[in-house]
Amino acid sequence: MTEALLQVEGLTKRFGGVIASDAITIDVKRGELHAIIGPNGAGKTTLIGQLTGEITPNTGSVRFDGSDITALPTYRRSMLGLARSFQITSLFPDFSVIDNVALAAQAHDGHSFRFWADAREQPELREAAMIALKRVGLADRANLLVAKLSHGEHRQLEIAMALATKPRMLLLDEPMAGMGPDESSRMVAMLKQLKQELTILLIEHDMEAVFALADRITVLVYGKVIASGTPDEIRANAEVIQAYLGERDAEAANG
Amino acid sequence: MSRLFTVRNVVVVALLIFLALVPFFAVLTGNAFLTTLFTRIVILAIAAVSLNLIMGFGGMVSFGHAAYLGIGGYAVGILAYEKVTSAFIQWPVALVACAIFALITGALSLRTRGVYFIMITLAFAQMIYYVGVSLDRYGADDGLTIYTRSQFAGLINLSNRTVFYYFCFACLMGTIYLVWRMVNSRFGMVIQGARSNDRRMRSIGFPTYRYRLVCFVIAGVLCGLSGVLLANQADFISPATMHWTRSGDLIVMAVLGGMGSVIGPVMGAVALLVLEETLPHIIGAVGGFVTGKSMVAAKEYWALILGPMLLLVVLFARGGIDGLLRRFGRD
Repeated sequence: MTEALLQVEGLTKRFGGVIASDAITIDVKRGELHAIIGPNGAGKTTLIGQLTGEITPNTGSVRFDGSDITALPTYRRSMLGLARSFQITSLFPDFSVIDNVALAAQAHDGHSFRFWADAREQPELREAAMIALKRVGLADRANLLVAKLSHGEHRQLEIAMALATKPRMLLLDEPMAGMGPDESSRMVAMLKQLKQELTILLIEHDMEAVFALADRITVLVYGKVIASGTPDEIRANAEVIQAYLGERDAEAANG
Repeated sequence: MSRLFTVRNVVVVALLIFLALVPFFAVLTGNAFLTTLFTRIVILAIAAVSLNLIMGFGGMVSFGHAAYLGIGGYAVGILAYEKVTSAFIQWPVALVACAIFALITGALSLRTRGVYFIMITLAFAQMIYYVGVSLDRYGADDGLTIYTRSQFAGLINLSNRTVFYYFCFACLMGTIYLVWRMVNSRFGMVIQGARSNDRRMRSIGFPTYRYRLVCFVIAGVLCGLSGVLLANQADFISPATMHWTRSGDLIVMAVLGGMGSVIGPVMGAVALLVLEETLPHIIGAVGGFVTGKSMVAAKEYWALILGPMLLLVVLFARGGIDGLLRRFGRD
């Protein structure tokens, strides 16, 4: 049982008459990169919301490292080592790049009821932040205001902040959204590095990236898991081709 | 280190030096009223700085901050009326009362956001206002005269105009220093992060609610200190001290001076109260000069001038006076 770091079981969420998550069951094994794909409106972001604690499921459970976290608030999940990057960039725009990451490091360095010493002068926070920035390749941008960064750099900063919380698992919500081909391939290279050390749940639209990175893939359609397996199994799955890939192939053939 | 000598920093230092020397100017010009006016300004500046801690740095726009002026003031007034004049009892009682009020109202208000937060803080302040109105034993609507200022066991004589001014000035400087240390500390980073992006703060592992609540309580206590001083200065406390328009005045001070810095609201307090005091005279003098007639009646309309000035600041100087001064430095 300890093989799975994250176990989602029978997770169901209804919004009025719409079932956004329909008895979703997923196991993410320790050390794997597990991708979730599905067409728009498949309920991927609702699923992430339930994993991070921003949305409460109607039924079902989420277990992280063996303990039930279904009812835990967001910050407690972060404390356990579950880190998240946002689909729509979510940063502190009036802080500098390094301040953003240092704040993430601060969250995991004891409580913050410290009223006197200058937080920007504390080497333990600044160094931890620099290490995270180096890992995503933003070290030379450390002292810029966040507003001065490009879109691609914002995405990198998102991940640096997640890394600075010393996570055991990353939940990445479309990290390549809105990226050009160059930026995307750099992100893929970076995620390849990260998956050596971390368990990753990746939600992504970029199929090329997903098939290049994932150890296993789960396909979500209308809130339901229709298939789960290795990239090869997913490629060969008739139902998936029908529901998702086929649509694209048909488009490609017609277009 | 040329960055130290920006227009803004020079103005800040000049302002602080001026405030430090007010009693001397009063003696030089033979105008004792100057000290009285600036005592009031310095006291209200403490309240504005405390409001800005939650509003400017924490993004919590409280429309009920004057409640703490009233609670602090009534604690002094009621205890003095009951023959307890020692500051060593009055002041802790006042500050603890403010802390309790802030803790209870904050715990409820901080569950809301935006306009709802503004309205609920206003509602709590109005509640305490009507408590004041209903205090029959302590003057109700008419207020309560304080015959003896707080006694520091003979150590500090608050009845001496100059001593009292410097006491208030020291409180203001202490408050500024305290708030400045706080906003740059780990605690301050959390407060500002929660203003900027509360959702992200929670996702990186901060229970933001409790930090914001503590910040709300600290601001309430600091404003309570201002209320204690204000009651001593006026020798009087009435419900009018915590009327919602007074909360509005404090917001105007912070917005006018600039919410982006600790010192901005001090500039705002000085600017607003000096204008309030001098505009009627200016209108009278200018009007008299232009028309050649006595323009005493026109003095009533000083708010007609002050209003548009505030509008201009809000529209064209987003960072308030402080922001405007910083822009000068950049050219």
